[in-house]
Parts: sequence; structure tokens; C-alpha cells
Amino acid sequence: MKKMKSFISMMAAAAMLAGTLAGCGNSGADTATTAGESTATEAADGAASGATFKFGSIGPLTGGAAAYGNAVANSIELAVAEINANGGINGYQVECRGEDDELNAEKSVNAYNTLKDWGMQFLIGSTTSACSLAVSENTHEDNMFQLTPSASAADCVAYENVFRVCFSDPNQGLASAQYIGAHKLATKVGVIYDSSDVYSSGIYQTFAQEAPNQGFEVVSAEAFTADSKTDFSVQLQKAKDAGAELLFLPIYYTEASLILTQANTMGYAPTFFGVDGMDGILTVENFDTSLAEGLMLLTPFAADATDDLTVNYVKNYQDKYGETPNQFGADAYDAVYVIKQCLEEAGATPDMSVSDLCESLKSTIVTITASGLTSDTMTWDASGEPNKEPKAVVIKDGAYVSAE
Amino acid sequence: MSFLVYLINGLSLGSIYAIIALGYTMVYGIAKMLNFAHGDFIMVGCYVIFTICSTLSGNTFVGIIAAVILCTLLGVTTEKVAYKPLRGAASPLAVLITAIGVSYFLENLALLIFGADIKSFSSVVAWQGLSFAGGDLKIQGVTIVTILTSVVILIVLQLFIHKTKEGQAMLAVAEDKGAAMLMGINVNKTISLTFAIGSALAAIAGALLCSAYPSLSPYLGAMPGIKAFVAAVFGGIGSIPGAMIGGLVLGIVEILSRTYISSQLSDAIVFGILIVVLLVKPTGLLGKKIMEKV
Repeated sequence: MKKMKSFISMMAAAAMLAGTLAGCGNSGADTATTAGESTATEAADGAASGATFKFGSIGPLTGGAAAYGNAVANSIELAVAEINANGGINGYQVECRGEDDELNAEKSVNAYNTLKDWGMQFLIGSTTSACSLAVSENTHEDNMFQLTPSASAADCVAYENVFRVCFSDPNQGLASAQYIGAHKLATKVGVIYDSSDVYSSGIYQTFAQEAPNQGFEVVSAEAFTADSKTDFSVQLQKAKDAGAELLFLPIYYTEASLILTQANTMGYAPTFFGVDGMDGILTVENFDTSLAEGLMLLTPFAADATDDLTVNYVKNYQDKYGETPNQFGADAYDAVYVIKQCLEEAGATPDMSVSDLCESLKSTIVTITASGLTSDTMTWDASGEPNKEPKAVVIKDGAYVSAE
Repeated sequence: MSFLVYLINGLSLGSIYAIIALGYTMVYGIAKMLNFAHGDFIMVGCYVIFTICSTLSGNTFVGIIAAVILCTLLGVTTEKVAYKPLRGAASPLAVLITAIGVSYFLENLALLIFGADIKSFSSVVAWQGLSFAGGDLKIQGVTIVTILTSVVILIVLQLFIHKTKEGQAMLAVAEDKGAAMLMGINVNKTISLTFAIGSALAAIAGALLCSAYPSLSPYLGAMPGIKAFVAAVFGGIGSIPGAMIGGLVLGIVEILSRTYISSQLSDAIVFGILIVVLLVKPTGLLGKKIMEKV
């Protein structure tokens, strides 16, 4: 009997272990398909040329920020498949491979080393700021071209080999303040931000600095941290008591959906104003989208836009992955095409060394004008920052419409 | 007037901590182990209710009952499969590590099944609540229900432990496992029962937690679980009224320090108070001092 029991518990333990392994393996399976598919196309098509361009990407494919990492990895896969179907870059096929960093800077560096062993020539990543910052130390050392789709902290592009597609945090704070000032949306503004997050606090700081120049006053600025992000009653009550007519939320939609719900239950209805992290609030399952009615946000990408490029991208993404892509995905999709444009401009070939490719891309990217999902005209300067216009959208009848 | 609003919010948050802390403290008191997976039982309860009520559009009441039953089964199974074989292990750390393992297992399982995207939870309390002073003071229905539920649970638990045979058995096992066994008490059954009650409480705490803060993610139980553990230690781990008091104090301190001191430092203050209390009274507010006999 004793034996039988320990046998059963061992079996159960084995089953639990297997479950855990399967859990971890999920992202691995995704990656494997990515690599597998690209290799297959290469074998079929690129046999004549032999060499391929190798794009690596890093992002959180599992864990709390998996929505972002997967959007990036999937969009790169999508863009690469399109490029390969249309004859590749300079006649060479493209391979891509995504690695998981679980939103952990150390794991991001490990992922970078794995990709380097695989033969990566350009890095599209890391998806998030802290991870990208850590990896940029290594790419700088190796002189590898790094284009992060979505790492927005100011320091992420400090090295001359690192560029980004998205807006920087300071840039978003500035643009938001200018927009609120120019459109006279409010004179008393409250802010709720995440002080444990460099993205959120970065935006808040420039926003608060710019506020006096734009003729409105920040009457309440309340923070929360990653460990205390369930109860927002205090922050909302303070904003309400201070008479804030507009509540600026430089945070992600995950917390914003909670704030909107709690504000509604306490009967506080200011104008809510968000930045790109707010994109996705309408996709929160079971969220009462009527609460988001009138919410404004500055974002470079809205999945409901009606231009051909966006419509095609969203449709292909939905067909392949069964989800609506977010701004992170759009940034990554653009990143692939930006590198493609640079490579074509420079006439680069895959047999060039990583360092030579980096030098050539660095000098080309500042000369090109790219057009993509996140802007019609994007240009870069040597600082690594993109120049593009933010678009303001407002949520009306459960959909994004242009606020202009 | 604002102070009253904050105080009520603190009471509501504290009541949720208290219900979670009750589960922690019962399991610790009787099985002498820290079930770090307790916070994740809450998460499982929330997802069960969400699946039944929102995805399958079932009845809220059915959802809560199903969550309670499933969490109870989960608790008992976890105890049987993961903890019981280690009860005799040389180091008490073995079962602690296993509990952390179970916690990660449940989180990753939820991640696998439901994905990382957050989901919005529809409150299980349909009642809008009360409005005083011309709408200035609004007490939400879920707040009132939460506070009442925690009081009812406390009373029922106290009655159960002191008035029923099973409850007395729990006390006996808590006092001395070996002696209880010699007196003919089925220790295994008693520990299973403790896990069953603790996990059922986790499901109820989950329903209330997600109704007050309606955002569902695989990690939602982790932080409230740790705070509730702190509350249990604060009140004196092993003591049921202690867990209740610890939870309420923690919730009120958290909200008031966020309001009047700093919204960033509230956690530092909460944990700072814990350190001070433990320095002054190492067994917690209502903890019993156990003399080790040599």
C-alpha cells in the first residue's frame, strides 16, 4: 500500500513536471516554427544564392508582458514571410528567429548570446526598455546593428549602433502636454503613473516639465508601483478632490482598465488621456468598453485605421495568429522593412561581416525616409531617435477614431 | 469626509487580506507549513468564476459555488500529492520549496490556458451600494459585502473550531500532532480538512478581490497572497482572530499611508510596521508564546 501510494504521488509529480515543461516549451515551439518555416523557404528558394540575412528578435514571449513580446515576434515573422515571398532583400532570402527574455534583463543578454551563436546579423529588440538597455551594452561591444521596435526609455539608444522605431518616453510626455495645451482640453490636470516603471515615470517627468508652458496646471500627481497596482481608490479620490478635469495616464492599458472601472464606480468622470501603452484597452476581455468612451490617446498606430497597409497587416495577422495586433507589433513590422530599405539602399549582402553591416546600416538609416504602419514619413538622425508625428485618437462607440 | 472614504476603502482591502490570511494561518497552525501556493488558489478561483460567468454566461451563484468546490478539491489534492509525502522530510524547508513550486506551477498553468492578456472581471455583487451626503460619500456594494463576509467567516470559523468535534481535532493536532494521533485522532483527515477549508476561503477571497479590483491575470494572487501572509504573521500566525485583525490593520495602514504620506512608499511603511511589531512582539499581536521543552 505504501509503495502504491508513493508510486501515485511520483506519477502525479511527473505529470506536474511535464505540465511545467510544456508550459515553458510553448514559446519554444513558436520559435521553432518560425525558424523551421524560414529554413524551409530558404531551402526551396534560396538554394541558388546560399546565403541568407539573419534577423534576430528578443522579447517577453512568456510572462506578464507576453502580449508585447509575441506581437513583436509574430509581426517580424509576418514581415519576413512577405519579404521572402516577394523575392527577399537584394535577392537574398531572410531568416528570423525570436528568443524569450521573460522581461528579465539578464535573460535578454542570454537570449542575445544564443542568437549570436545562431548567426544573427541584425537585432530587432529587445522589446522592452530595461532589457534593450542591457542588450545594447553587448551589441555596442560587438558592433551589431540594433533596431528596437518598442524600447522607449531615453537611454536605450545611447550607443550609436542602436536606433528605435517607437517614440522615446520624453518625446511622448512632451507631445501629450503640447496636445492638451494646444487643444485647450483642460486647465487642471491630474496624473496617475507607475513610479516603478521607467517608461511611465519618464513620460510623467517631461509632461510635468512642459505643463507650465502649455497653460495648464498639474493639480495632483500620484504614483503606484508594480507591487501595489490593484487599488487606485486613493489616487482617484485625490485627483477628484483636487478638481482635475483631465486625468493623464502614462501607463499601460492593463492598469488603465482598472482605473477606468474604479473611477466609474466612484462616480468620477474626467477626460482620460493616455499614451501608446493605452493601445489595447479595447481588447481586454470582458471589459466594459463604454467606460473607455471619450478616452483620448496619442499613439502612432491604431488597428482600426483604414489605409491599405494597416488593413492588410491586421488582416494577415488575424488570419495567422487569431488576434488583433497592437502597436508593438506594428513597430516591429516597420522595423523589418526599415532594415530592408537600408540594406537595399546600401546594396548590402549577407556575406558581409556583422560589423561591416552595422557600419553600412548606420550610415544609411539617417539618409532614408521610410513609410510604414506607424507613420507615413519616418526619418532618423544619428542620435537614434525617429522623427514622426504622433496621432491623437479618441474612442468613440467602441472604436478608435481620429481626434483631429 | 474624504478621510471616511479612505477608511472604508482600507477596511474593504483589509477584509480581503483578512480572508486570505485566515487560510494561511489555519494551514500553518495545524499543518505547521506555509502554503505559498495559497495566493494562487485565489487566482484559480477567480478564473473559474470568470469562465463560468463571463465565458459560459452562467449564473454568478453557480460560478462562486463551482469555484469553492474546485478550489477545495485543488487544495486537498495539492496537499495529498505535493505536501503529504514530504511531511516527514528531514528539513521543513523541503515542503516550503514544494509550495513555491506549486505556486509557479499554477501560475504557469493559468498562463498556458488563459494567456497573459488581462481580462476584466464582472463583479459578483450586483448591488450598487449606498450613497450619503448627496453623493459625496459613496460606499460600494462590494465593499459592504466584503466586510460583512469576512465577519461572518470569522464567526463561523470560531464556532466551528470550538464547538464541533472536527474543530476540536484541529486544535489537538495544532497542539501536538503525535499526541493527537495517540488519542485516536485521524491526523491526515484533519489536515486535509484544514486544507479544504483554507482553499474554500481562498475561492471566496478571490471572488471578492476580483469584484473590487476587476482585473484578472495569472499573477493576481501573488502580491495579495504575500500581503496576507504578512497580515497573518502580524496578527500572530496560527491565531484566527489574529489573522482577522492583522488583515484589517494592514489594509487600513496601506490605504492611509498612501493617502497621507506617499503613494510610492505605502508598501515600505506596511512592511516597516511589520518589522517593528515583530521586534517588539516576536509572536505577533495575538500569537501564543510556545516554550520549547528540552
